[in-house]
Amino acid sequence: MRRLLFLLLFVASPAVADSPQPPPPLAYTQLPDAGQEARAKALMETLRCLVCQGQSIADSDADMAASMRALVRERIAAGESPGAIRAWLVARYGDYVTYDPPLSPLTWPLWLAPLLLLGLGVMLARGSFRRRGSGGSR
Amino acid sequence: MKRWTLWLPLLAFVAVVLVAALALMAPGDRTVRSALVGKPLPQFALAPLVAGKPGVATSDFSHGGPRLLNVFASWCIPCEAEAPQLLRLKQLGVPIDAVAVHDTREAVTNFLRRNGDPYRGVGDDPASAVQLAIGSSGVPETFVVAGDGTILMQHVGAIRDEDVLAIAHAAGVVG
Repeated sequence: MRRLLFLLLFVASPAVADSPQPPPPLAYTQLPDAGQEARAKALMETLRCLVCQGQSIADSDADMAASMRALVRERIAAGESPGAIRAWLVARYGDYVTYDPPLSPLTWPLWLAPLLLLGLGVMLARGSFRRRGSGGSR
Repeated sequence: MKRWTLWLPLLAFVAVVLVAALALMAPGDRTVRSALVGKPLPQFALAPLVAGKPGVATSDFSHGGPRLLNVFASWCIPCEAEAPQLLRLKQLGVPIDAVAVHDTREAVTNFLRRNGDPYRGVGDDPASAVQLAIGSSGVPETFVVAGDGTILMQHVGAIRDEDVLAIAHAAGVVG
């Protein structure tokens, strides 16, 4: 019985989450124009694969990422600018889809915090140097 | 230096720890939602996939009452799991159209024979173009679209028994 169960494992099909259909042609084929391909590649590296979430669509083999790569290449080949394609995706999936977060009320602390911390550091340093220069307070 | 300023670094540290602890304890929601909820359904027109059924186009959603747009695939196991719930929604009087992602006529025909057929039309979306255009990030997903073409609601993942009433409510068939 145990051996039968073990053998049955070999005929069991894995639970598939991916389509058995071939991916769209441009998912794994570079564009003939090297300049366009470079622009498409640069954009793909800054777009998040929505189902893997830690990878860019350039890095992922998921169906969803393949479809998004095909979409990026098609639109670049049609003459659309990378910024417009990013905006199109952001309009559908939110800022989450881009690894290059735009400046918004949600992200401005991200951009301003380093400047504020640097300013704070300069102030602290100035204060302590001045004290040392005037003979020290302690 | 004033006495109280000595405590500032500790306070800042405690604030950081609190923020981190709260964020760690809250359950993470990894659901990617469409940013198009509340906005009009994008323009598309998909060819029919199944014999005897029309395709699906945006114009189908611009007249009449609310309806569902179900994004599914025959190779998707949760889609089989939600099939009975879709049939129930159809019985409740909600018209349902479908976008079949990455699929073939034979596979979808078999899928509908096995699991029942709740769809008015099934559109063929071989390269996920419409799936991406409506901000869907997987199968199955279900959009409730108002009679004027506005997306009212997005349900991510399989529709379970307990979701049926909320979706029927959003589609306006249950008070």
